[in-house]
Amino acid sequence: MEKTPKWVDVALIPVLNLLIAFVISGIVVLLIGEDPIKAIKVMVSGALGSPYGWGYTLYYATNFIFTGLAVAVAYHASQFNIGGEGQATLGGLGVALVLLAFPWPHWSIALIAAMIGGALFGAAWAAVPAYLQAKRGSHIVITTIMFNFIGASLLNYMLVNVLRPRGAMDPATARFAKETYLPTFHDLPLIGQFFSKSVPANVSFFIALLACWLVWILIWRTKLGFEIRAFGRSETAARYAGISPVKVIMVAMLISGGLAGLMAINNVMGQGHRLVLNSVEGAGFIGIAVALMGRNHPVGVFLAAILFGFLYQGGGELALETTIPRELITVIQALVILFTGAFDNMLRAPIEHFFVARANAQKEA
Amino acid sequence: MDFATIIEILDSAVRLGTPLLLACLAGLFSERAGIFDIGLEGKMLMAAFFSGAVAAVTGNAWLGLLAGIGGSMSLAMVHGLASITFRGNQLISGVAVNFLASGFTVLIAQSWFQQGGRTPQLSGNGRFEPITLPGAEAVKDVPVIGQIYSNLISGHSILVYVAFAMVPLTWWVLFRTRFGLRLRAVGENPESVDTAGVSVIRLRYTAVAITGALAGLAGTYLATGLAAGFVKEMTAGRGYIALAALIFAKWRPVPALGATMLFGLLEAISNRYPNIDLGVVNLPIQFMQAVPYILTVVILAGFIGKAIPPRAGGQPYVKER
Amino acid sequence: MVGAQANEAGRQATAALATQAPAIELKGISKAFGTVQANKDISIRVMPGTIHGIIGENGAGKSTLMSILYGFYKADAGEIWIKGQRTQIPDSQAAISAGIGMVFQHFKLVQNFTVLENIILGAEDGALLRPSLAKARKELKRLAEEYELNVDPDELIEELSVGHQQRVEILKALYRQADILILDEPTGVLTPAEADHLFRILDNLRKEGKTIILITHKLREIMEITDTVSVMRRGQMTATVKTAETSPEQLAELMVGRKVLLNVTKAPAQPGKTVLEVEKLRVVDEDGIERLKGIDLNIRAGEILGIAGVAGNGQSELLEVLGGFAKATGTIRVNGEEIDLTGKHSDGQSRRRRGISHVPEDRHHLGLILDFAAWENMIFGYHNDAAYQKNAFVMDNAGIVQHTQEAMERFDVRPPIPTLPAKSFSGGNQQKIVLAREIERNPTLLLVGQPTRGVDIGAIEFIHKRIVELRDQGAAILLVSVELDEIRSLADRVAVMFDGRIMGHGPVESATQTGMGCLMAGLGGDDVRGMDGWTISDEAAPEETA
Repeated sequence: MEKTPKWVDVALIPVLNLLIAFVISGIVVLLIGEDPIKAIKVMVSGALGSPYGWGYTLYYATNFIFTGLAVAVAYHASQFNIGGEGQATLGGLGVALVLLAFPWPHWSIALIAAMIGGALFGAAWAAVPAYLQAKRGSHIVITTIMFNFIGASLLNYMLVNVLRPRGAMDPATARFAKETYLPTFHDLPLIGQFFSKSVPANVSFFIALLACWLVWILIWRTKLGFEIRAFGRSETAARYAGISPVKVIMVAMLISGGLAGLMAINNVMGQGHRLVLNSVEGAGFIGIAVALMGRNHPVGVFLAAILFGFLYQGGGELALETTIPRELITVIQALVILFTGAFDNMLRAPIEHFFVARANAQKEA
Repeated sequence: MDFATIIEILDSAVRLGTPLLLACLAGLFSERAGIFDIGLEGKMLMAAFFSGAVAAVTGNAWLGLLAGIGGSMSLAMVHGLASITFRGNQLISGVAVNFLASGFTVLIAQSWFQQGGRTPQLSGNGRFEPITLPGAEAVKDVPVIGQIYSNLISGHSILVYVAFAMVPLTWWVLFRTRFGLRLRAVGENPESVDTAGVSVIRLRYTAVAITGALAGLAGTYLATGLAAGFVKEMTAGRGYIALAALIFAKWRPVPALGATMLFGLLEAISNRYPNIDLGVVNLPIQFMQAVPYILTVVILAGFIGKAIPPRAGGQPYVKER
Repeated sequence: MVGAQANEAGRQATAALATQAPAIELKGISKAFGTVQANKDISIRVMPGTIHGIIGENGAGKSTLMSILYGFYKADAGEIWIKGQRTQIPDSQAAISAGIGMVFQHFKLVQNFTVLENIILGAEDGALLRPSLAKARKELKRLAEEYELNVDPDELIEELSVGHQQRVEILKALYRQADILILDEPTGVLTPAEADHLFRILDNLRKEGKTIILITHKLREIMEITDTVSVMRRGQMTATVKTAETSPEQLAELMVGRKVLLNVTKAPAQPGKTVLEVEKLRVVDEDGIERLKGIDLNIRAGEILGIAGVAGNGQSELLEVLGGFAKATGTIRVNGEEIDLTGKHSDGQSRRRRGISHVPEDRHHLGLILDFAAWENMIFGYHNDAAYQKNAFVMDNAGIVQHTQEAMERFDVRPPIPTLPAKSFSGGNQQKIVLAREIERNPTLLLVGQPTRGVDIGAIEFIHKRIVELRDQGAAILLVSVELDEIRSLADRVAVMFDGRIMGHGPVESATQTGMGCLMAGLGGDDVRGMDGWTISDEAAPEETA
């Protein structure tokens, strides 16, 4: 056993899967009568060719780091949290309520309060599915899907009936106070000179990096992480060891939901400056692709989030400069999920077979 | 509220419940065979687009239907490949299928029609028009029974009648035929089927293909019956509501009819009365929209009868050593 | 007695049919999984109308061979001849058409189908079920009368006892006109009475001219029912002999390759104060079935209590309750203090804090996390111990690796590499990892379940030695094993479990094989009463009513 080198699992297979996803996307582009090479050029120059592009790429990546980590943490406890979308939506509500409730004197204090609000609301939205899974065995995938829809309805109600300023037409909250606006990359020392004012990437990016590090510590260095991983690998063995399934499922899902909810400091507090309908824009679902691609490791999640940030920004540019709609990104995202997740065995089986055969051959030689 | 209004709401419930019913029965075949399918939404969307597109180009709804089923089946085969052949995670595959459909339909729609991701408006033979059942005109004015017959039972498109006929048919196939016996067995314990010398793979692919066909009908009805053409994201979560209905019905065909019609009714009511004032509380439209999902969570929680899925559901079949 | 008659009848049948072609002939069958040679150049001939036993330890390759015969695997080399004809068996369908029926160790039944539905599954006559069901109902009635195979055709499988489920499996094969029947470890889940009934059925089948292959690792069964027997060891067929011309001792020797000296040299126990007291312990499982029906037992320091019994009579539940992962009612005291059986402190962590260590029956699903490295497994369950923490937040991974390295050397785990995942170790070495983890805590009470299941001979000796050493250091030990020989060689006192109760308990010295056999079947009688110093439960039925 165990004759496949580690780099095959963490690097070769994900990269090959990604490659297949891109090749198929290229074929799709060809089929709709566009030039895939040109498309890539537009995407690269649009997303990575300028500080402006980077400012957007990293802004999107920040969202995806949070939602990717959310999926990854739950996954380590063998819970497939497909509810990142709803949890991030509720996180937005939490952030908005916190920011509107009090005249915050400075963005730094507001940020801490908003983080607590976002994480709490996100965690709360994960809590019910988690509880039902832990106590009553209700399939968490289905309940989190249901909670995405319930969350959307709830937000809709809150924006239309409760939070909408008197006289305003669109379903959105009032603007937050200027004092709560997060410094963007333009406002930061050292790097500020490279980025223009309009760039949305903000200090949340660094919070996301911190979250990566903390998740790594949590999963691989703490007792709690040990219990989460143990439960995720073998539920029966975890019970034998006295690890409480209810505790692990609840804690992992609360952390997961909290991370998804934290995303709101980026898109709502950092960029939108008010809460609108569908501010999450599918980032919760992209988190699934990001976690799969990144093999549920914070470093992998970070890299995959940057990749999807690039795709997202590049896709937007594509829609502007060519006739390819930005839905191409949805297709690429689907293909990445398909090949790194569902079709994983397609490449893995032959590759592992190859390495086992090679190891055996070496042994005999 | 007078009787005519009730009939009107019920009529609307049938229309809105039909795509749910077809999708729910689609999911039933797959899940009864042990393949979880959260990709009903994507398959419906794909079918809606291809049926809308082909019907628009050819002006023939039947050709649209074929194309719709083809589109849905192609995604069903992707799901089958992932779940059966490559023994992948069926939930992840379902998520991928949904995104694939949501991106692909707009991409192709834009490329073919340049109308911002929609197909041209359908009319005439491009749509499945309402059918007036024999005698419907004659009994229109007979109180109650006549009204029910001519306004509720008559006047739907052929796909609605097909959907309702599918309920007893599904029941019969599942519980009275060899195929049904094997299908249920493969969802409960694939080893029992395998050791009996029957191919698990072929059975499951067949089930997934039936799911594709029925989801194709559901999507086609959306684009050519309920609406007149394809619009971006036109399924609007109906695939998930169908999934909810399937759980609600505990994977049985006749209760599936009840569940989908109930959810159809909820939608019909909230369309007609955005806000329902019950005196004590005022039910906003958003609440009505969320009711199917809330009900499903309650059912899943097991507070009102436990929903037990087929035992082998979600697990790829690997022969034991 | 049944066995002797059966053997006689079998021999006559063999003689009469000697000129016929063999029902099954395997020639030079080989099969490898990766580097593991599961079957190597295996040849056997089984004559029609006989019962052929295949005996061997776990992992000897018996099941692989039968899977090849049933079309689950394709042999790398070799030929299969059925009734004198070379036959290709690429899948189960081909095996069925060749007249082969298989009764697996784990039944392949659909739990929420009726007996009838299970019988016809895959053997329906047409696209509609009704005629098939009617035909099967008639056929079932005939088979029931002919072979003592009674089951209610309309009962759901989940409502049936294990013994009846097995009958459904046999009926399935017979309904498909099988005349060659393979049974894989059929008695592992049966009570002795059920096993006897099964053997009567097999005898009836043999009389009707059916050919039976019985796979087992129990010598008693081979001697009782078979006509010929083949012995497998490490993928090879080491011998094929007539049952009448061999002895259990000779077979055992052939199985393991050398004489087994299971008797561990150990000094007489010097029991101290009572450590464990169990009173009126009851367990009801999720389905509402009572698994433990009032257990009373106690163990003193420096003493090994062996729990004997057929698997599935409540031993696992007893371990689960003591180990802290099943709820129960009744009382358990450890060193005089009552422990929590249902509340917050009834979990495995609380048990460990009380000095209860547990080597579980199933190391793959309970004792180890196969994907975890050895060092992670070495602290599994004790991961909250202060010794393994670097500070309030993070664990001391480097220190744990170091500790694991040393423990692996002390317990002779090979290879002694702490970073290797548990799944990469052999069964014996995996068990040593579990044992090292549990024994090195110096527990006051050690629970041990099937300590040597799937473990090679060398490791067995080592494991037995360590358990006795721990006893000599003053620990109380509860040993659960289905291997009577293991109980006999390790335990100081024995308790026999049957149907969730303790049928009797007493010193190991006066325990007779037949007496324990009766208790394991829930019977009293003269053999049981003859055991000195034994206390027999009132529940043990007088033998006549069996």
